[in-house]
Amino acid sequence: MPGTADEGFYELRLYVAGQTPKSVAAFANLKRICEEHLEGRYQIEIIDLLERPQLAKGDEIIAIPTLVRRLPEPIKKIIGDLSNTEKVLVGLQLKPHH
Amino acid sequence: MQEKDDIQQEITSSMRNYSDIDPAPLEKAPTGIDGFDDITRGGLPRGRPTLVCGSAGCGKTLFGMEFLARGAAEFDEPGVFVAFEETPDELIRNAASVGFDLAALSAQGKLAIEHIYLERSEIEETGEYDLEALFIRLGYAVDQVGAKRIVLDTLEALFAALPNEFILRAELRRLFRWLKQRGLTAVITGERGAGTLTRHGLEEYVSDCVILLDVRMAEQVATRRLRIVKYRGSSHGSNEYPFLIDRGFTVLPITSVGLEHEASDERISTGIAQLDAMLEGKGLYRGSSVLLSGTAGSGKSSIAAHFAQASCARGERCLYFAFEESQQQILRNMRSIGVDLAACLEGGLLAFHNARPTQLGLEMHLALMYKTIRTFRPRMVIVDPISNFMSLGTQIEVRAMFTRLVDYLKTEGITAVFTSLTSGSAIDNLERTETEISSIIDAWLLLRDIETDGERNRAMYILKSRGMAHSNQIREFVLSERGIDLIEVYTGPEGVLTGSARLAREAQTREAQLDRTAQLELTRVRLEHKRHAIEAQVAALHAELAAEAAAFDTALKAEQGRDARFSEDRDRMATQRKKGPFAARQGKGE
Repeated sequence: MPGTADEGFYELRLYVAGQTPKSVAAFANLKRICEEHLEGRYQIEIIDLLERPQLAKGDEIIAIPTLVRRLPEPIKKIIGDLSNTEKVLVGLQLKPHH
Repeated sequence: MQEKDDIQQEITSSMRNYSDIDPAPLEKAPTGIDGFDDITRGGLPRGRPTLVCGSAGCGKTLFGMEFLARGAAEFDEPGVFVAFEETPDELIRNAASVGFDLAALSAQGKLAIEHIYLERSEIEETGEYDLEALFIRLGYAVDQVGAKRIVLDTLEALFAALPNEFILRAELRRLFRWLKQRGLTAVITGERGAGTLTRHGLEEYVSDCVILLDVRMAEQVATRRLRIVKYRGSSHGSNEYPFLIDRGFTVLPITSVGLEHEASDERISTGIAQLDAMLEGKGLYRGSSVLLSGTAGSGKSSIAAHFAQASCARGERCLYFAFEESQQQILRNMRSIGVDLAACLEGGLLAFHNARPTQLGLEMHLALMYKTIRTFRPRMVIVDPISNFMSLGTQIEVRAMFTRLVDYLKTEGITAVFTSLTSGSAIDNLERTETEISSIIDAWLLLRDIETDGERNRAMYILKSRGMAHSNQIREFVLSERGIDLIEVYTGPEGVLTGSARLAREAQTREAQLDRTAQLELTRVRLEHKRHAIEAQVAALHAELAAEAAAFDTALKAEQGRDARFSEDRDRMATQRKKGPFAARQGKGE
């Protein structure tokens, strides 16, 4: 499976609004997936919109939680608590669409 | 029809579902949109969402934009425009085209445009989520300008972007609650669906106020209409109101205002002295409506121009709706009969509004006329001619339009002058004018062509004039470079004579008159002669008599002399007889 993945560096942002169960779950799921598939070549930045609401516009965020893959380009967005690993991998293009 | 029923059902069901009636009196936020606040008796429900729905291009976005721009500029209520479809640049450009400077309002911190970019292909979803980020963005923008108003244009874009309709609907419900909690007066736009007010049933969430915009085509002319489908807790006009989009949004609360208008006793001159004379010498009542009907070229516009000039001479504004001629054409034509409308125009007391009747629908024309009248505030309005509107609608529609226009003008105390073209021979056309409008107008001047002896002359009479003892005379009117001259027509055994016939007949009469005078003079002279002759005869007879008398006198004297002599002789004879009687007798016989 890692063979199909892009070998570049992954710059990820997770947008949350406070420590809601969905946000906590999303972070846990993301962390796990990254450890499994992108070990050593990813960076996760967590942006809490309750603290920095002005940042929501930059990445055109409307849903919480939203994961944004800023690198590699193109930008991809995955909304939800990332509980479906398969879908997250497809969304991050770590796995081909089928 | 089916569609209408469906909508009605939709409304009723949504009303049943959300019947949380607030007992507090409804406070309203004025929109500042021309006419809209009239029909809603004050504006949109303050602190509540209003749904504005309609098909593509019906003006939903503009309605929202104007609501915000006017709120910020006129009512000190800053606003946020949340655009799901258009970019801020596009919005600013569109708004500028109808006269709103969003960029300036934005720079003053009175308006924020929040563009929410949604791209379905960039979004993948896995698991639970909510739209908290959207709320945060809206809240952030609202706080930035201290917004009291918000427009969401259009929320339905979310349905295309987010695949999970279940979550979306729950979040929309939360959004409307949130808007109310923030006390925002909100306009939510929605695209009209098939048989429903909005494609995704947004009306389900908005229970306070629903406004439907509509564009209909009739005879290739588009008419925009607005209807308040519901407005909870408030009375409102329930008709369909036409609206315009030119410099902003104008809703036209055109209903027949009834017959409550004041009737002025003031009289105003028509600008034609002889016509004033026919109207009790005082002219028309202010605020009355006058119809000038006649065939082509019978002088309707010329009379109307005199009215206009008289209005301007009084220092009162006059608005001239010309539906047949251009402004320049009218100015030139009227100059030729000595009416200088250009001076009135320059003085700012006269304004023209030129349009082709076929350019717009009946409602739109009326709407535009209202708007122009409201802007210019004239004391007199001239519509030249109204007959061109007859083809734009059914008889009922046309009549309704004029009733509303006349009622409106009367309420405003504006004197109305309508010209109406009737075709020369077709009496049915005249009748048509009659049925359409004659009953709602106060004074009717009928202009007629009289064709005789190879010429056409103009005649005018007052067919009716309510509230005054007007002349019943037909006048010939003559257009010259000095204006209109009303001349008493020649009426005689041959009927009414005009033009050359009148002149000829007048000359004839004059001649006959002359003849009679000459005859009389001749008779007088003859009589004089005769008198002289007779007097001469009398003198001659007198002379004769005198001569005869003289002769008689002479004879008498002679006789007396003879008598004297005779008696002398007799005495002598007597004396003689004593001497010899025979001789004395013989002597007497001689």
